[in-house]
Amino acid sequence: MTDDAAVRDDGFDDLLDALADGEGYYLACPAGHGSLPPRRVCPVCGDADLTREALPETGTVETFTVVRVAAPPFADDVPYVTAIVDLGPVRLTGVLRDVEPDAVAVGDEVTPTIAAAETTGDRLVAFEPA
Amino acid sequence: MTTVRVAGVGLTHFGVHPDRTARDLFAAAGLAALADAGVPRADVEALYYGNFIGELAEHQGHQGPLMAEAVGVHAPASRFENACASGGTAVRQAVLALRSGAADVVLVGGGERMNNLGTAAATGALATAADDLYEVRAGVTFPGAYALMARAYFAGLGGDREDLAHVAVKNHANAVPNEYAQFRREVTVEDVLGSPLLADPLSIYDACPLTDGAAALVLVSDDYADEHDVEAPVAITGSGQGGDSLALQDRASLLATPAAERAAAAAYADAGITADDVAVAEVHDCFTIAEVMAVESLGFFEPGEGIGAARRGETTRDGRIPVNLSGGLKAKGHPVGATGVSQVVEMTRLLRGDHPNSDAVDGTTGVTHNAGGTGATAFVHVLEAVA
Repeated sequence: MTDDAAVRDDGFDDLLDALADGEGYYLACPAGHGSLPPRRVCPVCGDADLTREALPETGTVETFTVVRVAAPPFADDVPYVTAIVDLGPVRLTGVLRDVEPDAVAVGDEVTPTIAAAETTGDRLVAFEPA
Repeated sequence: MTTVRVAGVGLTHFGVHPDRTARDLFAAAGLAALADAGVPRADVEALYYGNFIGELAEHQGHQGPLMAEAVGVHAPASRFENACASGGTAVRQAVLALRSGAADVVLVGGGERMNNLGTAAATGALATAADDLYEVRAGVTFPGAYALMARAYFAGLGGDREDLAHVAVKNHANAVPNEYAQFRREVTVEDVLGSPLLADPLSIYDACPLTDGAAALVLVSDDYADEHDVEAPVAITGSGQGGDSLALQDRASLLATPAAERAAAAAYADAGITADDVAVAEVHDCFTIAEVMAVESLGFFEPGEGIGAARRGETTRDGRIPVNLSGGLKAKGHPVGATGVSQVVEMTRLLRGDHPNSDAVDGTTGVTHNAGGTGATAFVHVLEAVA
């Protein structure tokens, strides 16, 4: 975590920019392993020949939790739903928005996007119902 | 090959000691271990120390020499950081140093000061064990990460909150006679199920507390023990380490801990044993679901069977394999950097017969399992009573 929001994390912030534009992507190696930036090599096989591939528009909730005690940067966000979403070649972790926490279920179909944390206003990976 | 023997052990009380510095906590544990061993401090050839969040809790890096000074040891000293497995890292590095012949006496320690931070800041500090970009910035907390694993386990292999509650009930019961434990009181299944949720499906009683404390071991070569007539009836006969992707989203499975499976396989092969030979275990139950996954990764239960082990009485003190007779992280407490060392301390006491729960041990072989973060790092050590 950096205190200066103006300092970017290359690769990661590029992906968030793309998600904000509805053009999310992942990195694929010739063997088909998916990974997320920044990467110089495939974390599975070490291949340096990585290409950008479009993320599927929707994925399914593989698991989720309703966080009720948070770290200070999310103090005013509680309760919030964090989910790990299976997008096929990669999974992505983010906050579920526009949902009733009690109504979320494993297997729900969602779309990755970007949202702002309520406490800090910082942007974060989020999902909306598909 | 050199056999590594445990010559002495030391612990502080595990609990809420916000005004005690980590250097003072470790000094108490380290001096106790040296006294227990009867080994002169001048014979110590290295100090290996585990600590996780000292930079955040005490604004203190470079802790190796600080901790050596605290116990009056003039030997090269290094601090290891592997999140909640920092202590296990120090133990393994000491075992390797002794086996290589680089040293005959190593002081191993671990310590953590946490309660001075308060719950919110400590929650933030512990979250640094996760992937900052892809987990922490998305609001993943430490309890939240284990809650994600618990729900994945329920969905894939079955089980429910009541099964998990029995793990907490068991470990609290085990902690009652342990003078070093933070919570020396029993709880009921109803207490656990009725306690406030931290991150569904985990409640406060599914979680270990914030703990201040330290642990220490004096490890010696068998040659040193023989030459100096050091009583060291327990040996560390196996050591294994396993790794995995840091972020949960990048793991092959969310409902198991493959790093611990790899660590167990390596440690068992190293010791020449199988899971069937293990009589007793101290496992990393930072959350109740973590104990479930640990007993499966260690080969005591098939996938899907670990969740009901405590409920069926198989891991209770009278069960076929008692797990966390110390009270575990859950009830004994979890001063993060101390835990991997403390587990070896407790297992040594259990096997040599001076632990209040030693009477529950039916056998001579025990294992300790120490995990970092959500299991991207895992250590397993095999201990055997040899004399």
